[in-house]
Amino acid sequence: MASAPGVLAPPAAAGLGRRRGALDRLGDHGLHALALAAALASVAIAAGLAFKVFSEANEAISTFGLGFLTTGDWDPVHNRFGAAQFIYGTAVSSLGALLIATPLSVAIALFLTELAPRGARTAVGTLVELLAGIPSVILGLWGILVLGPALQGTIEPALHAALGWLPVAGGLFGSDYSLVGLFPAIVVLTIMTVPIVSSLTREIFATVPAAAKEGALALGATRWEMIRTVVLPHSRAGIVAAVILGLGRAVGEAIAVTQVIGGTAGINASIFAPADTLASRIAGQYQGAVSDIQASSIAYLAAILLVLALAFNAAARVIVRSLEGRTEA
Amino acid sequence: MDNPHQASSVDEARAVTVSALLAGEERLRRRRAASAAVDACAWAAALLAVGVLAAVVVSVAVKGAGAIDASFLTQSTANFGGGGIANALAGTAILVAVAALLAIPTGILVAIYTSELGGARPAVAIRYVLDILAGVPTIVVGIFVFGLIVVPQHRQSGFAGSVALAVVMLPLVARSAHEVLRLVPDSLREAGLALGASRWRTVVSVVVPAAFSGMVTGALLAVARAAGETAPLLFTTSIFPDFVQTDPAQALPNIPVTIFRYSESPDPVKHAQAWGAALVLMLFVLLVSVIARALSARGRRRLGSAR
Repeated sequence: MASAPGVLAPPAAAGLGRRRGALDRLGDHGLHALALAAALASVAIAAGLAFKVFSEANEAISTFGLGFLTTGDWDPVHNRFGAAQFIYGTAVSSLGALLIATPLSVAIALFLTELAPRGARTAVGTLVELLAGIPSVILGLWGILVLGPALQGTIEPALHAALGWLPVAGGLFGSDYSLVGLFPAIVVLTIMTVPIVSSLTREIFATVPAAAKEGALALGATRWEMIRTVVLPHSRAGIVAAVILGLGRAVGEAIAVTQVIGGTAGINASIFAPADTLASRIAGQYQGAVSDIQASSIAYLAAILLVLALAFNAAARVIVRSLEGRTEA
Repeated sequence: MDNPHQASSVDEARAVTVSALLAGEERLRRRRAASAAVDACAWAAALLAVGVLAAVVVSVAVKGAGAIDASFLTQSTANFGGGGIANALAGTAILVAVAALLAIPTGILVAIYTSELGGARPAVAIRYVLDILAGVPTIVVGIFVFGLIVVPQHRQSGFAGSVALAVVMLPLVARSAHEVLRLVPDSLREAGLALGASRWRTVVSVVVPAAFSGMVTGALLAVARAAGETAPLLFTTSIFPDFVQTDPAQALPNIPVTIFRYSESPDPVKHAQAWGAALVLMLFVLLVSVIARALSARGRRRLGSAR
């Protein structure tokens, strides 16, 4: 029996319980008040968070306005601040990460739902979840001391040789190999988002009706044809929602990105060059701002991140809701 | 009609059939090859994920084990050269303990509201807020608590760090507790009420105990998450002394910020210490997650048999 919250009816035999009534009324009201207070506290935290971040950013917002978003300065000496290069860094690093993470995650989810022998399914599923549990600061440490040198020494030259000659896209793969930069950030963010996107995608794949899959196989479809004609069409919206949630995670990741991206203001065509994202610029400034307007500009960056996070959350929610509507119909 | 003609038409038909069969076979082979190629890609992706996990874990284990000895765990951080992480371990223990005390009871009460006591509409609204809160980047939570506590007090403090960690933990605890409370069968609630127990009695002595191990799982996973969170601490408790500090009114040394700072240092000695601290942190996180998972498996079995 599906029950809505609040299904607990008051005891029918109210008259019978007059003796212990006082204590129970106290308990009922007390627990209800406590739970309600906790629930309201979480609303207050969310509202207070948004209010506080925007009020801290207020000075920068009134000084720079929306021009902050399109200005590429970060100059504490002359008190000129802008977020354009960090927005660029955030966009390239998180979109790049999801570009790699999405096909990987879908493949892993297919492996876990369609292919893996039972033992491997639990083992690989658990290991992928453990990967999600590795603290980002440890991933960043590994990124700067192990991954960075490997990328600089072998993968970046190989990518430059393979793709550097392309007319326009080739500029992304310059010959400025570096220990730190956008590319290691993309790789680290890929590692952080694959567990999220793949576990969500796996849950979506698990909702594909077995009858439809068996029907396709019975008609003589190969496994890939069954996946292409039954599993993927059924899951398309859900995969998009999962990718958006992964994108939200990648955009908001501060620590591991700060460790590997190099923290340089300015836009460089090559993804091998150092850069900075909104989140990593905030994290990089933790040792203190020299002026109020700089502190406020940092909060402005946080406000942009907050708006982005809300937008991603809302987008994923809209997609999931349309999905629920479809399955009910 | 004469025989030769007939024979040739039969031959023709046979040839057509054979070639069609051959073409069909060829196409079937191609379809099977495509399917096998996709299978191989899925296997490769799964192996890649496991391989990356192994690469990270092995790096941390090998490089970290070399850095850990008795003095590493008993000495405090030092500006130059040696030193250990004793003060950071003590500080992280206090930070996470205070955050857990703030977030776990609150989160469970929120879940009791959304699952048991609140009306349907408020419950949905609260869960929506929790979803949003869970999606806020943790560095933004740090900026929030910086403005809320650090700026008015004009100094960083362990308490501010704990509050920031608690804000990160709260939606995790509340959402997981809500999920396990929803798994408790209504027959148990009805049984409690039918025995004449009041609502709060039913919640406290029937529903919550039935969901207890699941709630502990959620709380443990939140603790594991908080122990490794760096971003909420950067603006709240990152400028700390090189000695053991236990007063939450002062900035508390902690493991994540220590790893973060050391990883940015050019000094190989600091790198070695960062690996050591990372190994300690990773072992803690893995241990807690494994315990949480074991509890959750047991709890699910028990709830299953209650159904």
